[in-house]
Amino acid sequence: MSVLDMAYEYRNFFLSGLKYTLLLAVLGVFFGFVLGIVVSLLRMSKWRILRFIATAWVEFLRGTPMLVQLFLIHYGLPEFGISLSPIQSGAITLTINSSAYLAEIFRAGIQGVDRGQMEAARSLGMKQGMTMRYIILPQALKNVLPAIGNEFITIIKESSIVSMIGVADLLFEARSVTSITYEGLNPLIVIAAMYFVLTFTLSKLLGILERRLNTDDRG
Amino acid sequence: MIEVKNLQKSFGKLEILKGIDLNIHKGEVVVVIGPSGSGKSTFLRCLNLLEQPTGGEINFEGQSITAKRHDINVTREKMGMVFQQFNLFPHKSVLQNIMLAPLKVRKQQSAEAEKYAMELLRTVGLEDKRDAYPAQLSGGQKQRIAIARALAMQPHVMLFDEPTSALDPEMVGEVLEVMKQLAVGGMTMVIVTHEMGFAREVGDRILFMDGGVIVEQGTPAEVFGNPKHARTRDFLSKVL
Repeated sequence: MSVLDMAYEYRNFFLSGLKYTLLLAVLGVFFGFVLGIVVSLLRMSKWRILRFIATAWVEFLRGTPMLVQLFLIHYGLPEFGISLSPIQSGAITLTINSSAYLAEIFRAGIQGVDRGQMEAARSLGMKQGMTMRYIILPQALKNVLPAIGNEFITIIKESSIVSMIGVADLLFEARSVTSITYEGLNPLIVIAAMYFVLTFTLSKLLGILERRLNTDDRG
Repeated sequence: MIEVKNLQKSFGKLEILKGIDLNIHKGEVVVVIGPSGSGKSTFLRCLNLLEQPTGGEINFEGQSITAKRHDINVTREKMGMVFQQFNLFPHKSVLQNIMLAPLKVRKQQSAEAEKYAMELLRTVGLEDKRDAYPAQLSGGQKQRIAIARALAMQPHVMLFDEPTSALDPEMVGEVLEVMKQLAVGGMTMVIVTHEMGFAREVGDRILFMDGGVIVEQGTPAEVFGNPKHARTRDFLSKVL
């Protein structure tokens, strides 16, 4: 059976896997983004204890394998009475892991915005939070958009580890097809192509967004 | 209007301001001159607490703004500031730059804020630039927009921190012209500048600062025409 025949014949498997991969990636990207902003702001807080917590968060999540984090959450938390479904565990792992990387990206972006921007906004009577929201963050996010795009692509690819705890994502479905057809290679080629289409599309979309943002300002 | 008492500012061991005493009256145009490193910019930035003083007291309209419990944001609404590097918001259009603080801080209606913003743009002669972005403007235009942005909050005093020092020579005039209009209109202004001709023409009072203190002050005629202090004479002989 050729690769294309296989892709068509087992399309329901692959499309169902795609659904879960996309679901987890979107959840991981969205919550990772929000949590990442919070963590980056905590890292720059004037209170040492908050800075410490945020730094520990980032260092731990960057310094341990994501697969280990996934197992800790899925198999470790039940010891403390918290049982999560595979999808919940997967989404949480992707969220906290990407929050750590995104927090570092946001921090670089925020610190890269000229000091004068903060001073100008504050001199107009704008409060710290208002200044962050309307002046600093929009500029910071624009400056680090390529790095954010990288992280989004990483999340899509790394979401494949959730197949290890039984989430029926693309990788999981490819192995199901293998166990039915005894074909080892072709199902993997099919999902590799699907992953690539996802990440390549995203990278093109981000490229368009970047160009659109650049036409406005920037001298 | 502004009373400064024994104002001090140090960065670590480095003493920048060594005790400044000054009263600025309503409608007065005070011009601060002096060599680089004399503390004149730091002094100006202390007035709206962009720099936190390490000693002394500042009262603005009868209220101590250096008191611990004072909400500086409220005071800053009444103190406009113009920076050497303009500091326009690059991701916002000219009109948005001017309207942002009135909308978000003052909670003005959009139509009302826009009407006043357009009025200000006419004052600085840039109404045709309302939809431009800062990157599309020349230095002189940027600074005039920055002045309009500060004026949009209807401040009681305007602080200028070397507003023409980052400009190409041919653009200095247009910015000084706008400032002159403001002064004639009765605005209280504190201006740090190296433009001696402008200081002499527009200033009600000249402060000469050196080494973190006010060495000498007086009318332009006194300070420029008949400087009492050797350091003032020395400085003026270099710049005039």
